[in-house]
Amino acid sequence: MISNLIYRKIFTLLKVQYSNMLEYRVEIALWAISGIIPFFMLNIWTNNNLNETINISDVLLSRYFLCAFFVRQFSVVWVVFSFEEDSLMGRVSPYLIQPLNPFFRYFAQHLAEQITRFPFALIIAFFFFIFNPESIWIPNLGILLLSIVSTFLSFLIQFLIQSIVACLCFWTEKASSIERLLFIPTLFLSGLLAPVVSFPSYVKSWIYLTPFPYLIDFPANLLSGNETNISGGLSMQILWIFLLFPLFKKIWSEGTKKYTAMGS
Amino acid sequence: MVKNIIDVRNLSKSFDISSKEPGLKGTIKHFFRRQTKSLKVIKDISFKIKEGEIVGFLGANGAGKTTILKMLCGLIYPSEGSILVSGYLPFRRKDNFLKNITLIMGQKQQLIWDLPPIESFYLNASIYDLDKFEAKKRIKKLSEMLEIDEELFIPVRKLSLGQRMKSELLAALIHEPNILFLDEPTLGLDINAQRNLRKFLQRYNKETNATICLTSHYMKDITSLCKRVICVHEGSISYDGKLDLLLKKLSPVKEILIVCRSEEDANKLENSGFTVKNKIKNEITIKIENNSITSSLKTILNNFDIEDLFINEPPIDEVIGKVLIKKNYDI
Repeated sequence: MISNLIYRKIFTLLKVQYSNMLEYRVEIALWAISGIIPFFMLNIWTNNNLNETINISDVLLSRYFLCAFFVRQFSVVWVVFSFEEDSLMGRVSPYLIQPLNPFFRYFAQHLAEQITRFPFALIIAFFFFIFNPESIWIPNLGILLLSIVSTFLSFLIQFLIQSIVACLCFWTEKASSIERLLFIPTLFLSGLLAPVVSFPSYVKSWIYLTPFPYLIDFPANLLSGNETNISGGLSMQILWIFLLFPLFKKIWSEGTKKYTAMGS
Repeated sequence: MVKNIIDVRNLSKSFDISSKEPGLKGTIKHFFRRQTKSLKVIKDISFKIKEGEIVGFLGANGAGKTTILKMLCGLIYPSEGSILVSGYLPFRRKDNFLKNITLIMGQKQQLIWDLPPIESFYLNASIYDLDKFEAKKRIKKLSEMLEIDEELFIPVRKLSLGQRMKSELLAALIHEPNILFLDEPTLGLDINAQRNLRKFLQRYNKETNATICLTSHYMKDITSLCKRVICVHEGSISYDGKLDLLLKKLSPVKEILIVCRSEEDANKLENSGFTVKNKIKNEITIKIENNSITSSLKTILNNFDIEDLFINEPPIDEVIGKVLIKKNYDI
């Protein structure tokens, strides 16, 4: 009975948010297109034969960057900006007095946006294969499923990190500026610009202790068929979620005590 | 005996406010050394509200009415004192408490802007654990009460303010809360929309015995809905009691416009000992104390040739206005 209610709640949230996202389909298509940075990076890597320095073939590298594009499409998070705006405009207030944590709404918004993005991402992948036919491959079902799980875990990690930063709105009002500090390590250490394997080994050992390589590098390597430690990567993703979730709950509970309901 | 559903004791709330001197010097100083001070916006207030009561919170802008409502519904934490609403500590925001209350803020919306209101209604219904059949039933009932129909299927952004407010009400009441916190619910609505909203709230209160706490700057909202008012002045309660008692206390006299048959009669009346406010030809306005109104009118009608007579209540806005600027009213 309880699980049925939760299922219905999640399903309705997703359905409504999906309808809402469809209203913004053109905007979402543009967002999908704007996420093609991995393809620029691929171009830089192959034109300069940089892949030879890390012993990855052209084909595997192009698959890696295509997968990085896909993982990014399905793990992009903007909750800090939405929450900050809603908080400043007083829109959080009605959500706070409903028996559902407002972050579930943002979570559903993100998932709905990902579903809306999916066809656009497929179209971009289709064009990628037209220009790079040698990169076409079909991952085996097991790897595909693990990659989907890993991409979802990557999304969860990013969502939790940004939600923690978003909760700082209760103290600073402009939490998005703190998020910008996180943008630099996310960009460089996540594998979006270069596979983490290309970093010097002493740097790599430190990077793997942070959550960043599990955001794009690990799921992209997994999906593209590059050599990777599957159980180690998934365990680290789960570990980060277990570390971040209680931290989010604590900051949320402290932050709501500070809430002044400004703008409302 | 009707039980108290809201019990507030020695409640205070302080906010940290940062201040900045004007000009470039002030800006630089503010950047390096931010000065904040604690401002007590609610000062040691206590009151109780009974189940089914409609209570109006009156006060000037910034008096603290909205802050009180926000604390009552659990949106903000109190600094001192205790609040019990329906047996719960509001700021803990337990699910069972939240399912019992609603907060409606004029011009603040929870409806999804780009979708028709019906989508938000079903979303709220699932948040409050209502099944689809029950949700449908409640939407039908409330939309009939609020007299909205086609508007349910039009995107919110295309609705008028009045239609939007009705939809907001429906969204906020779908879980049939028994305590309603309404902060300026008629703000910006035209006269007809205001009247319909008041009618709806009266009906909702009558049918569900819901307790309603209301703030409004429109005196008509207060006079037509609330028997009891709590006046808030600079964070303290300056009056808590029946509205009609307050009005009697603040305006102990009525104004009576008397149209005499001749100017001569009017002159005679002017010199007969009544307090005259003004006199224009055969029309004279006199002030009579509430407790002697029957006997005074009898005397006038027996002794003077009267063509017409009007008894005027003093404008309620003027009367209430007096309360908002005074610290204490003992009645």
